[in-house]
Amino acid sequence: MRNEFADALVELAENDPRVVLLTGDLGFMVLECFSDRFPDRFFNVGVAEQNMLGIATGLADSGYVPFVYSIATFVSMRPYEFLRNGAILHDLPIRVVGVGGGFDYGHNGVTHFALEDVGILRVQPGLTVIAPADAGQARSALFATADLARPIYFRVAREDAPVPGLDGRFALGRVQVIGDGDDLAIVTLGTMAAPAVVAADVLAEEGINAIVVVVPTFNPTPIEDLVDTLGRVPLALTAEAHYVTGGVGSVVAEVIAEHGLHCRLVRCGVTEMPKGISGSQEYLSEIYGLTAQDLVRTAQRAARSQLQRR
Amino acid sequence: MRPAKSAGALSGEIRRVVLEQSKRANVGHIGSCLSVADILAVLFADELRVESPADPDRDRFILSKGHAALALYAALVGMGRLDAKALQTFCEDGSALGTHPETAVPGIDFSTGSLGHGLSLGVGAALAARMEGSERRVFVLVSDAECNEGSLWEAVMFAAHHRLANLVAIVDLNGQQALGFTDDVLSLSPLADRWRAFGWDVQEVDGHDLGRLCDVINGLDPSGQAPHVLIARTVFGKGVSYMENKIAWHYKPMSDDEYLQALSELETASP
Repeated sequence: MRNEFADALVELAENDPRVVLLTGDLGFMVLECFSDRFPDRFFNVGVAEQNMLGIATGLADSGYVPFVYSIATFVSMRPYEFLRNGAILHDLPIRVVGVGGGFDYGHNGVTHFALEDVGILRVQPGLTVIAPADAGQARSALFATADLARPIYFRVAREDAPVPGLDGRFALGRVQVIGDGDDLAIVTLGTMAAPAVVAADVLAEEGINAIVVVVPTFNPTPIEDLVDTLGRVPLALTAEAHYVTGGVGSVVAEVIAEHGLHCRLVRCGVTEMPKGISGSQEYLSEIYGLTAQDLVRTAQRAARSQLQRR
Repeated sequence: MRPAKSAGALSGEIRRVVLEQSKRANVGHIGSCLSVADILAVLFADELRVESPADPDRDRFILSKGHAALALYAALVGMGRLDAKALQTFCEDGSALGTHPETAVPGIDFSTGSLGHGLSLGVGAALAARMEGSERRVFVLVSDAECNEGSLWEAVMFAAHHRLANLVAIVDLNGQQALGFTDDVLSLSPLADRWRAFGWDVQEVDGHDLGRLCDVINGLDPSGQAPHVLIARTVFGKGVSYMENKIAWHYKPMSDDEYLQALSELETASP
């Protein structure tokens, strides 16, 4: 997804001279398309994320639209206060691009696992958070928000797995629904949409009809869409390569509670800090119950207990 | 054009306003404000080129040591860039004029208050000016203790690497921080050498010598090969004898007697 995002950024920059790109010394084999095309609008600031966010704020105050690029953990946490007191406080259109949500950097260990980026960032009302489900949606989101006059955080995956049925749809503050069903809603963050669609297909064969609800934006958060969707199902499963607290599971819990919906919630995600464990994204997804098969099993269990309750 | 005002007159006004409003609001940070009064006076009376508040090519000023905001408000009022009536709302409920500056206040270019942030903002503003081919300059006033912040040195390195000669940092070297003397808390020495080693053009100057400050700033080459820093030696609490070089006056508000004495010392110094 990151390569497609960088390609789209070049397209955007062709038509928008305000676009500049800053990186914290990351993006090998990703950002060359931009740095080769626009050498005067590209700055490797070195390994200095705080300064990168500060510079971006100063540039944006002068009319530029700076994109700042790093791994999601580094760019969301180290300069967090620079983002808060900078672009958010000054209401400036900088774009923070955090690559590798969840276990994208599985072999690199916990320092590279972005498991709380959405949670810590969406609590800032002045920051739009966008977690595209696939490259097509990332591209749509980039162009749809090109003129948004406030800061945005993009959670961009390393690899891309197109989500069947999504077709690059994106609208700020809206969900995208895939499939049809009234037994269960699988509500997903980012690239969890793809395994969720697989899980929904398997569940359908067993008579559990599930819809997949893709939530790519926060602030604006698709509250109305979620109320509408969750109001029609007895059970919601949230799926996110993120801690279960703070991300889409928390958003859904907030919506259900605040709107008094009769929808039980089961949150799938990471519940402990993964210390001393690295491996492939697939391996870590299995460990934390986030593969399509895991979602099927969790949904089956939840649906059974739901029936027993009735 | 606004009437010209001498830096000397402005510095006296800043000190008076700092005392009056600190007393009225019963707040501290008085020593820090007095420490930078002369630097602000020179910048606002003689150096900052601001044709209009919205002019994109105006010089920028960033008070990275945001806790001296009251002195900045006073300078803006003194130069007619902020309504004097606004001062009466300093620290009042609902006022934009808190003890740290925000852009909601006319004349404030950047909101600050968290140390170690302002120089990066200034680097971005200076980089933007160069990319646009604008001759505007960016001045950033940092405290000496702010040089404890690692993020400041990130900005220092970037500015030197990119030869941002339109960027001027001024270090308010008063030797004090919230809980002690900088030499005791975390030594900065040799501060000028450190900036020099990072590739900056370093000017050491008496931060209370208005003429010298003005000359030094006028002598900076904005199209040179290095960003500029003034290591400005200042006296914390300058102008009020019992505050000078006393740690307590970082936070302490004045009693009635202390206030009257401070005012009288100020009047004696600049009648």
